[in-house]
Amino acid sequence: MMESNLKTSQISARPSAITPSAPSPNGEAQPHPILATRAVSFWYGRLMALEDVTLTIPRNQVTAIIGPSGCGKSTYLRLFNRMNELVRGTRVEGEVLYRGQNIFARNVDPVEVRRQIGMVFQKPNPFPKSIYQNIAYGPKVNGYKGDMDELVERSLRQAALWDEVKDDLKRSALALSGGQQQRLCIARAIAVAPDVILMDEPCSALDPIATTKIEDLIRELRERYTIVIVTHNMQQAARISDKTAYFLNNANGAGELIEFDETQRVFTNPTDERTEAYITGRFG
Amino acid sequence: MREMSIGAQRHEYTKNLELAQDRLIILANLVERSVRDCIEAVRTRDMDLARAVIANDDEIDTHELAIQEHCIELIAMQAPMAADLRQIISVLLIASELERIGDYAEGIAKIGLQMGQEPPLKPLIDIPRMSDISTGMLHTAMLSFTERDVDRAFAVRHKDDEIDDLYQQVLRELLSYMIEDPASIRRATYLIWIAHTLERIADRSVNIAERAHYFVTGVQGGLNPPKSAG
Repeated sequence: MMESNLKTSQISARPSAITPSAPSPNGEAQPHPILATRAVSFWYGRLMALEDVTLTIPRNQVTAIIGPSGCGKSTYLRLFNRMNELVRGTRVEGEVLYRGQNIFARNVDPVEVRRQIGMVFQKPNPFPKSIYQNIAYGPKVNGYKGDMDELVERSLRQAALWDEVKDDLKRSALALSGGQQQRLCIARAIAVAPDVILMDEPCSALDPIATTKIEDLIRELRERYTIVIVTHNMQQAARISDKTAYFLNNANGAGELIEFDETQRVFTNPTDERTEAYITGRFG
Repeated sequence: MREMSIGAQRHEYTKNLELAQDRLIILANLVERSVRDCIEAVRTRDMDLARAVIANDDEIDTHELAIQEHCIELIAMQAPMAADLRQIISVLLIASELERIGDYAEGIAKIGLQMGQEPPLKPLIDIPRMSDISTGMLHTAMLSFTERDVDRAFAVRHKDDEIDDLYQQVLRELLSYMIEDPASIRRATYLIWIAHTLERIADRSVNIAERAHYFVTGVQGGLNPPKSAG
């Protein structure tokens, strides 16, 4: 993929004062994890939604976040591209690190964060424009100078949608089926060459066939992108993710990370009893 | 852990998981009886008992198939996870081991029918001992599964050495019979087959203990002694 760093800001240009590279035994600096949170707590007004979450998201893997409704998993996902702050009265403590830089630092532009860390939502939300314009919009705004036709085709191919739409790219995106619209949204996210794609229950509004297509796509995309997905569908988490994080409300009502491990391990032999109770369907 | 889970969620599912295990226990009891009876038939030259063991094998096969169907249905309909998944997979694999042990018992009973046509070679001492140990291992392996008891699983593993030693002893003794009197070869060979089959039953019991260990710990192959370095 196009290796992209946060170019406008300040994030990549400035040496990090927050997480200095830890020297390895041979003295070389270790690369920063692509995404991580360190002791993150989050509030909606007075309501604490997340408490003390420390987690490192592995690069070029699919990380699934599971947990019962209201456990803060979507809130956690939205931290990574600062979507939560669009809600009035929110507050974050701790660090949300993208390539070692705290994205909540004062000099960081949230728009640039969102360019590097794209998002796909529960309900497909294409712009009411043509298929082509849906893809081209983001790169155009970002001042893309290359061959736009080529970029549109490449993005649609990566999202496994090209063959279905190539004959009529001028067609309205709203005329596509739900599954196609969701793949269009993924293509749109890819077009701006992000590092990370966040997905918030991307298949919950889709039928099983469309879901299978999106799941196949997610498996393919992880070779180029780091993917974090929130899902209520445990089978889906088991099918598509490499790592699974289980969140649950603690005594304060705030979401807490209970377990984070290889997906295979979480679904065959979880360490924590609370994870076991949830994934066997006896809780939540 | 089940106690701490909330209320009666997935009550029907939990009941079906328990039913799978109950069916396995019934199968294990049938198989254990077959193993005891086949050796008793050989020892006492009881042809009716040998024939009963052979007839009993159909019932064992039917039970194993029913367990398979039950487990496949649970997997397909309930998508079990974690300990539930390990339990169902263990039930499936143990049922298959039990079915094979049932076949071994049937094989011994058939040898018993053949032996009944000829005078006894010698009073049987070590073979009934092997049988007692093997059935004891089978019983303990099943307990390790139903009681979620890893210590019992290790006990079964250790008992296997005893069976292997006894088997070698039986083999040496019967070979000496054959060398001294070639006319005894056929009868001695019957007994070697029986001893070998009992040794296999012990091995299958270790496999069951291995499954029990996996079910409890989630670790595959956890009963094997660690290989020495180098």
